[in-house]
Amino acid sequence: MTMPVPAASDTSVDPGADQKAHTPETVGRSPGRLMWLRFRRDRVGVISAVVVILFFLVGIFAPLISAAYGNDPYTQYGQETPGLLNDFGYPILPNGGISDQFWFGLEPGLGRDVFMMLVYGIRTSLLIAAAATLLTALIGVVVGITAGYAGGKTDYLIGRIIDILLSFPSTLFFIAFMPVVESLFVSPEEETPTWLRAVSLITVLTLFGWATIARLLRGQVLSLREREFVEAARVSGASPARIVFKELLPNLWTPIIIQSTLLLPAFVTAEAGLSFLGVGIVEPTPDWGRMIQRGAEVYRDDITFLIFPGVAMVIFVLAFNLLGDSVRDALDPKTRR
Amino acid sequence: MYRFLIRRILGAVVILLIISAVTFFLFFAIPRDPARLACGKLCTPESLEIVRHNMGIDEPVFLQYWHWLTAIFTGRDFTYGHCDAPCLGYSFVNQEPIFNAIVDRFPTTLSLTIGAAVVFLFFGVGAGMVAAARQGRALDKIASSASLLGASMQIYFVGVLATWILVDQTQILQRPTYHDFTANPVAWASGLLLPWLVLSIIFTANYTRMTRSSMVEQLSEDYVRTARAKGMSTRTVFLRFAWRGSMGPIVTIFGVDLGVLLGGAIITEQTFSLHGIGELSIKAVENQDLPMLLGVVLVSATAIVLFNIVVDAVYAFIDPRVRLN
Repeated sequence: MTMPVPAASDTSVDPGADQKAHTPETVGRSPGRLMWLRFRRDRVGVISAVVVILFFLVGIFAPLISAAYGNDPYTQYGQETPGLLNDFGYPILPNGGISDQFWFGLEPGLGRDVFMMLVYGIRTSLLIAAAATLLTALIGVVVGITAGYAGGKTDYLIGRIIDILLSFPSTLFFIAFMPVVESLFVSPEEETPTWLRAVSLITVLTLFGWATIARLLRGQVLSLREREFVEAARVSGASPARIVFKELLPNLWTPIIIQSTLLLPAFVTAEAGLSFLGVGIVEPTPDWGRMIQRGAEVYRDDITFLIFPGVAMVIFVLAFNLLGDSVRDALDPKTRR
Repeated sequence: MYRFLIRRILGAVVILLIISAVTFFLFFAIPRDPARLACGKLCTPESLEIVRHNMGIDEPVFLQYWHWLTAIFTGRDFTYGHCDAPCLGYSFVNQEPIFNAIVDRFPTTLSLTIGAAVVFLFFGVGAGMVAAARQGRALDKIASSASLLGASMQIYFVGVLATWILVDQTQILQRPTYHDFTANPVAWASGLLLPWLVLSIIFTANYTRMTRSSMVEQLSEDYVRTARAKGMSTRTVFLRFAWRGSMGPIVTIFGVDLGVLLGGAIITEQTFSLHGIGELSIKAVENQDLPMLLGVVLVSATAIVLFNIVVDAVYAFIDPRVRLN
C-alpha cells in the first residue's frame, strides 16, 4: 500500500525488458532493481555514469595521483627551474609547455603544473558542490513536505518566502553576499582563510538553491496527500510522522534524486563562475573557475591554459546532464522527453 | 484583466519592499562596522567619519532604512551634495549618486539583453519546432544533442574561446564594445554581435528543449487530434494550433531570462569587458561599496519582478483560463 507509484511503473517497462523479465526467478523485483535494469540498458547513461564516477575517483585519489605523477599543484616549477618559462612568464615549449614531465603544460606566470591543478581543482569543485547539493536537497525536502502536508497558513507563508527568494537576482546576490558573510567572521583588513571562503560559498549557494526544490516537492505532496493510500493511513490512525516518512517520502525519492543530479553540475558551474568573477576560492587552493579566469587573461598568448579547465568542465557538466536524463528515464519511464 | 494586473502589481511592490528591506538589513545590520565596509578598502579616518555621519550609523537601523526608502521618492541631502528624487543612495567610493551610475550603465545591459534575446528566441524556438516536427528522425537527434551540448557550456569559457577564434585569430568579428545605438546603429550591432552569439549558444539550448517537449505534449492533445480528424493540413495544425498551445512555458522562461539578463548579465559583461550593470556590481563588490550593491540589487530585482508581471499578463492574454483563478 505504501508504494503505488513504483508499482504502477512496473507495467510500463518496455517489451524488450519484459521478455527477460518473464523468466521465473525475477518475479519479485524491487523498484530499485527495476530502475537498475532500465538504467543498464541505456548506453549513454552508463557511459556518462562512468565518466562522472571517474571524476569523483580522480578527486578522491588526487594525492595518490600526485605521488604517482611526481608533481604537486602548489610548487612553482616555472619559477624554480630555469628554462621552462620565458622572460614574459609564458612556457617556452609549444602548446603551453606540454612535455612528458608536465602533461598538460605549465601555468603562465607562476609556472605550476596544469594537470595537478586540474586534478586538485576537481576536489574543490566537487566538495563545495556536493555539500551545497546535500544541504539544498535536505532543506528543500523538509520545507517542501512541511508546506505541502501542513497546508493552510504554513503553506501560504512558505509559498511567499519562496516567491521572494526566487525574485532575488541570484548571481548578483551571490557576489554581493560573499563579503557580508565573511565580515561576520573576519574584519575587512584581515585575510580570509580558504575554508571560510568555502563555507561562505556553500552558504550562499544553499540559501538560494532550496526554494526551487521546495516548490516542486510541495506540489507533489499536495497531490499525493489526496490519494487513497494516504487517506487510508490517516483513517487507520497513522501518526503524521509515519505518513510523512512511510507514505509520502518513498513516493518523492524520484523527484528528489532527479533534482539533485541537476543541482550538482549547476553548483559546480556556479562555484566556478563566482571564482571566475574573483569572489570564489582564493589562491593557492586550486580551482577550475580561477584557472579559467587566469586563462581569460592570458588567452592571446597561451590559449592552452584556457582550454584544459574549460574543456574539463564542459565534459563534466555534459556527463552529469546526460546522467541526469538517464536517471530520470530509469526512475520514471512514463515521462517522455 | 485590470483587476488581475493591479493585484499582481501590488504583490510585486510588496515583494520589492521585502527584498530591499532584507538586503538593507543584511548589509547594514549584520556587519560589525558597515561604515568601514561602505567606505572601501582605501579608507582614511577622515572619510570614514564622513561616511559614518552620512549613513547615519548612530540612528537605529529601522530609521536608516526609512530614510533610504523615502529618499527614493523625495531625494536626500548628503555632505557631498544633493541627491535627486529617485535617490538610491550615494556611492562614497565613486563619489556619485547611485541612480546616475546605474542609468549610465543601463543602455549597455539593455542592448546586450535585447539583441541576445532576439537571436536565442528565434533559433531556440525554431530548432525546437523542427525537432518536434521531425520527432525521432535525424534532425531531431541533431537538434537535441546540440542543445544538450550547448546547455553544458559556460559563458566564461565559450566566450573567451569564441573571442580568440573569431576576433584574435580570424578577425571575422569585432572585439566587443558598446556604441550608442542612436549615434551609430551599425557600430552598435557589430560591436555587440559576438556577445549576442555566445549568449545565444547557451540560452538557445534551453529553448530548444522546452519548445520540443512542449510541442510534443501539445501534439498528443485531443484538440490537435480533432483538428487532424477534421481534415486540416498538418501544417495548419502544427503552426496554428499546437504552436499556440505550446508557447505558455516558453513565455514563462523567456520572462524569467529577460529579467535575469536585464538585472545584469554579470559573467557575460565580465567575459567581454562590457561596462554594464553587471560590471558595476562586480566593481562594487571589489570596492566593498555596499550602498552601490544595494542599489543594483534593487534595480535587478525590479527587472525580475517586472518581467514576471509581464509574463503573467501575456499568459493571461494567451490563455484566458488563467484570469479566472
